[in-house]
Amino acid sequence: MPTLEGVPPIPCTEECLLRPGNTNCGGCGMGVGLTMLGRALAEAGDTCTLAIPACCGIVTAGAFPTTSYGVPTVATTFASAAAVAAGIATIRDLNEERGQVICWAGDGGTYDIGIATLSAAAERNENIIYICYDNEIYGNTGGQRSSATPPGARTTTTPGGKSEDKKDIMAIMAAHQIPYAATLSIAHPEDFARKLRTAFSISGTRFLLMHSPCPTGWKSEPADSVELVRLAVASGLFSLYEVWNGRAWRINVEPDWTDPMEYFKRQRRFRDGEIDLQATERASRDRFQRLEVLAREFPYKTKEG
Amino acid sequence: MSIEVVSGNHAAGYALSVAGEANRGARGASCGIYPITPQTEIVEYVASFPFHKSRVVPVESEHSAMAVSIGASLAGARAFTASSSNGIAYMVENIMVAGYYRLPIVMVAVNRTLGPPWNIWADQGDTLMLRDFPWIQFYCESNQEVLDTTLLAFRLAEDHRILLPALVAMDAFIVSHTQAETVLPDQPTVDRYLPELDLPHRLRHEDPKTLGGLVWPEVAMSLRQEIDEAMGRVDEVLAECRTAFVDVFDRDPGGAVETLGTEDAEIVIIASSSIATTVREIVKQRRRAGEKIGLVKIKMFRPFPEQALREACRTARKVAILDRNYAAGVGGVFWQETKAAFQGHRDDLLVQNYLTGLCGGDVTPAMVEEIIADVIARSAETKPVWMATQ
Repeated sequence: MPTLEGVPPIPCTEECLLRPGNTNCGGCGMGVGLTMLGRALAEAGDTCTLAIPACCGIVTAGAFPTTSYGVPTVATTFASAAAVAAGIATIRDLNEERGQVICWAGDGGTYDIGIATLSAAAERNENIIYICYDNEIYGNTGGQRSSATPPGARTTTTPGGKSEDKKDIMAIMAAHQIPYAATLSIAHPEDFARKLRTAFSISGTRFLLMHSPCPTGWKSEPADSVELVRLAVASGLFSLYEVWNGRAWRINVEPDWTDPMEYFKRQRRFRDGEIDLQATERASRDRFQRLEVLAREFPYKTKEG
Repeated sequence: MSIEVVSGNHAAGYALSVAGEANRGARGASCGIYPITPQTEIVEYVASFPFHKSRVVPVESEHSAMAVSIGASLAGARAFTASSSNGIAYMVENIMVAGYYRLPIVMVAVNRTLGPPWNIWADQGDTLMLRDFPWIQFYCESNQEVLDTTLLAFRLAEDHRILLPALVAMDAFIVSHTQAETVLPDQPTVDRYLPELDLPHRLRHEDPKTLGGLVWPEVAMSLRQEIDEAMGRVDEVLAECRTAFVDVFDRDPGGAVETLGTEDAEIVIIASSSIATTVREIVKQRRRAGEKIGLVKIKMFRPFPEQALREACRTARKVAILDRNYAAGVGGVFWQETKAAFQGHRDDLLVQNYLTGLCGGDVTPAMVEEIIADVIARSAETKPVWMATQ
């Protein structure tokens, strides 16, 4: 049984963000992420309004008149989450009210159809938190490729494996010089929670990218979900780091360069002969090396030094 | 109050701004804005207005302009925007959402030809494209009417019996860029007319709801039916808003239709927007000469004022409908709607459609005379007649 490194489940009350009995698949990383978000908000004495574009995140609510969300939640059009959130946050701020305004969006709504809206909101430094749960696929529609799909992955629209690389959304968001951008992994819950706390403590546009296992789309075992994203971090496929104002970097977890085959072989979206293992490892090391250079040359300095 | 010589765009920008400002005692106002000719001056006006509790958000697209207004409205603020032509086409998805979310957003639209080809002049095709959405639609012919109708639209849209967004349209350049004497009501007077917005379904932490999630067919259909019922109450609430407007501003903003000479008219000309201005002068002249001719200006297109139209054409034998728009393969949109309104009620009536001034062409008095001569001489309807400008 995967555990969240000993993190106890939050008590479920009427007020909790994600109520029990939601419609998520077993092993869904997004569900774990929402639970952690709810927990972090509760611990911070904070609350939120959710703006969710078309994605599994809105299906999570279930059918009217019930809802799995214990906070005010609005479904937005696919490309509009960041703009709708900006409108909500504008009125919250005009009325000096508390509570975060959070976009909870998949990779399709973030990397693809919503990127212009997100980019514009970031450029205006809208006072919102944008969390992308990246399962590297259009999951809600049955598993089509997005620009977040990694090379080699089979989807229903890349039946021979995707030939292009995954878009570097973190670099794009960091280039907007927003106050805070960070990556999240549910296999590193303490790091996850700390980054949420950091995000809550800052105003302006905050972007969080969560690697989100999707057993349905990844063709993996639900019980493997946490282990898979742990392997992704360990093998350098997904790096945990933070960027402040697009100017200061900090790496949070050093990969131990575990063989990425451990990650690939447990997901049937990857097939032998469709992944270029050497190229993948080269790309991972190259990516991490660039991060190391940034973190060394432009380090994030805490007040403690 | 002041009387100034301003453009239609200025009148619209002023109305949107003072309406937003009138909500400063409540949750404030906000709008997403994006430029497009010929409405740009409206959003420029709004962007420079000294609001006390408002934020104008200059976004990256019309799609996001409406999305920001949707977010602000969901948070309980007075929200609005303005657009035109392909901008409206790009905004369509969120225009639809504003309606189905029952948000009382007001949008001023400057009617401009949808491209291609590139043409910036008057044509109603951009907003009539929205005809099946849950939006109230008004078509105005003068700067004063644009200003008054915009203020009225907020009161109507925000009434709890309605809760539907409203669109106020004017013709590109003919109205948007023509300067005319316009009464600009002062803020305290506008404050008296526009009560603070209380959106019953706004997002609240103390009563969290999920808006827009999955709804099974029976309930979803009942939501559509509720929209139909709200549309059915527009006539009644519009009449109240109109009376209140006269009380506060001492000026009639007009109703769903405006008639001239229809009490005995045998020939009725139906027009909208600035074409109605031209037709009105000709109808006046001909009536002075003793002709039994009348004008019906359709100002409110949604909900379509079927009853008022039938009433206005009670004595008519022949009706000419002038459309500055074209639904491909069919004809004018106002004509289709009017034909449907008469169906089964006035099957004896000859109803002829004339496509006039599309893509910004002039609808001249001579052209209107030609149309009147044509309809008088007719013994049968034909397909819509394309009236060339040359």
